[in-house]
Amino acid sequence: MSETSSGVSGRPDLKRFATWDTAIIVLTVLVLVVASVVVDNFGTSRNFTFMVLDLMPILLIALPMTFIIVTGEIDLSVASTLGLTSSLMGWFWNHNLSIEMIIPLCILIGAVAGVLNGFLITGLGLPSLAVTIGTLALYRGLALVVLGDSAVADFPFNYTGWVTGTLGDGSIPNVLIPIIALAVVFGIVLHATPIGRSLYAIGANAQAAHFSGIRVARTKFWLYVVSGAVCGLVGVLWTLRYSSARADNGAGLELAVVAAVLLGGVSIFGGKGSLPGVIAGVVLLTALQNALRLEDVSGQALNIVTGALLVLSVLLPNIVTTVRGNWQRRRLRQSAAR
Amino acid sequence: MFRHRLAVTVSAASILTLAVAGCGGTTKESTDNSTAGAQAPASANPNAALKEGLKIAYLPKQLNNPYSDVETSGGEEAVKELKGEYKKVGPNDASASSQVSYINTLIQQQQDVIVIAANDPNAVCPSLNQARAAKIKVVTFDSDASKDCRDIFINQATTEGIGQSLAKMALEQAGANGGDIAVLSATPNATNQNSWIAVMKTELAKPEYSKLKLVKIAYGNDDDQKSFQEAQGLMQSYPNLKVIVAPTTVGIAAAARYIGSSSYKGKVAVTGLGLPNQMRQYVKDGTVKKFSLWNPADIGYLAAYAGASLSSGQITGAEGDKFKAGKLGDYTVGKDGEVVLGPPTEFTAANIDQFNF
Repeated sequence: MSETSSGVSGRPDLKRFATWDTAIIVLTVLVLVVASVVVDNFGTSRNFTFMVLDLMPILLIALPMTFIIVTGEIDLSVASTLGLTSSLMGWFWNHNLSIEMIIPLCILIGAVAGVLNGFLITGLGLPSLAVTIGTLALYRGLALVVLGDSAVADFPFNYTGWVTGTLGDGSIPNVLIPIIALAVVFGIVLHATPIGRSLYAIGANAQAAHFSGIRVARTKFWLYVVSGAVCGLVGVLWTLRYSSARADNGAGLELAVVAAVLLGGVSIFGGKGSLPGVIAGVVLLTALQNALRLEDVSGQALNIVTGALLVLSVLLPNIVTTVRGNWQRRRLRQSAAR
Repeated sequence: MFRHRLAVTVSAASILTLAVAGCGGTTKESTDNSTAGAQAPASANPNAALKEGLKIAYLPKQLNNPYSDVETSGGEEAVKELKGEYKKVGPNDASASSQVSYINTLIQQQQDVIVIAANDPNAVCPSLNQARAAKIKVVTFDSDASKDCRDIFINQATTEGIGQSLAKMALEQAGANGGDIAVLSATPNATNQNSWIAVMKTELAKPEYSKLKLVKIAYGNDDDQKSFQEAQGLMQSYPNLKVIVAPTTVGIAAAARYIGSSSYKGKVAVTGLGLPNQMRQYVKDGTVKKFSLWNPADIGYLAAYAGASLSSGQITGAEGDKFKAGKLGDYTVGKDGEVVLGPPTEFTAANIDQFNF
């Protein structure tokens, strides 16, 4: 990396990734505009509702995931935590607990799942990739133990209807409220508080962060707890949206989340990225899939598009960095020769 | 210090949750879940002509599944006959919720009919009801959605139909003097197989089946090797066995492979439910004379005609509604909007080459 040559502007990394964020946001707006014009039935209020419902689980989980990846760690157990809370929700409901109690209980259980992740990673110092691959299997397995192959479906309509419904008679989906509320909170914490700045410091250099007084282990621990709690909440919303508590709910969602976060410009190595970029990444992926489906593009082709986007999002910033580095080195060599 | 504070936080949260819980609220028992159907009952006009140009979309459990490909191929044929627009969409994985995005897309595209095999009877319900609110007719096949959110379910076969077919084929193949028969089933708690075997037993109790004696129900767990060993075991325990009835595609193929390669070939008949492609060689070499299964292509075919009749206003999906389904003939809607395809198709050396699935 060209630390010395770009050190002139003071905050070079922030600046470079500001451009990647801007690029993604511009691209997202472009896709939305073009799709509204070109794709039949894309720009309708009903389709807007459908899209918000589709992006809800990805976006909500992407918020804590962004924090975790910024610190240079990862949480792959998110979708399994979602599945576990969804099955437990069904189990509790079958055992006649009230839904008003089940919802906080599920969020709490999600948080406990996060506590285990956090303890293994920060308490025992195990690598987060290995730990969360393990708990990915563990939590999904527990979900299957709780509910097996069965599904619980008779949740009260005033709850299931709220999740799929819209505000008043308008076209603004109810779930947009928790989405916006959480996005604002996470955005402020990441970009306007010392906590947020410490996350970048940890991701950039955990040791330096430690020596400058940041409590690295404790911060990471709480990130996993928050991630688990959010997954618990999404487990509840997912179950209510589909009126179906199942052990396989959300299977594979962790890949969509990580893809969206990386597409949004967060570096998988930590220390870089912004929440507006991530939100744009989620919207871009969802809108693109929605538009392509409306154009009758097959499921396989959809996967190819998503995969290609992900590869590009990792590749492009690296190419830009390399090219810029080469160009600067050549310029240095030229000035030395002169 | 750190641990201590964590413990305090977690226990505080738990106490809070339990406190909230104490206040009562909406529970399973306090909830009345008799959701009413989304649509007001319209009146059927049996004389209405079938509309042309209907957009009929198939949404199988997942794409690239050979069995559902055969089903939808029947649908494609029927939609062509109806001069409609055929379309097949679907997820790559058979997960419960992945179909919902596709249903939403079909609503946006303003299809006339959605023919769906539901991955989860309830997860697809809110979307299907949105579709019906948008005047789209919903026909289910293969696996039904909750009956509140579809118009018609195409049932490939009734439990009675299959059980009777199994008993009838056993009688035909046991020979003039009858004798001992055995069943090679899937797992001991397989719901479908058990209900078919129950019907078969009721049939066998009738006087016309008095020559047959069911000596054993063996379980091959739908595992090829286990089924093969069970077939072997049956012949060792009951050397006078005349027929092995296997109401599972795995079991019948394994039993046919064992009998066909043993000295019992030609003396013991193998029958049951099987796939023509798996059974072809055993039918050709004479090990198997006859077996049956519903024809999956007919399921998709019937679904298209049911959807077109709904969309044209000929029927509403009410019990007793009658409609024509091209080459398959006349059908009547039964209780809960079910339409039964009919008795299973029987496969013999004479017709097996007409089927490819």
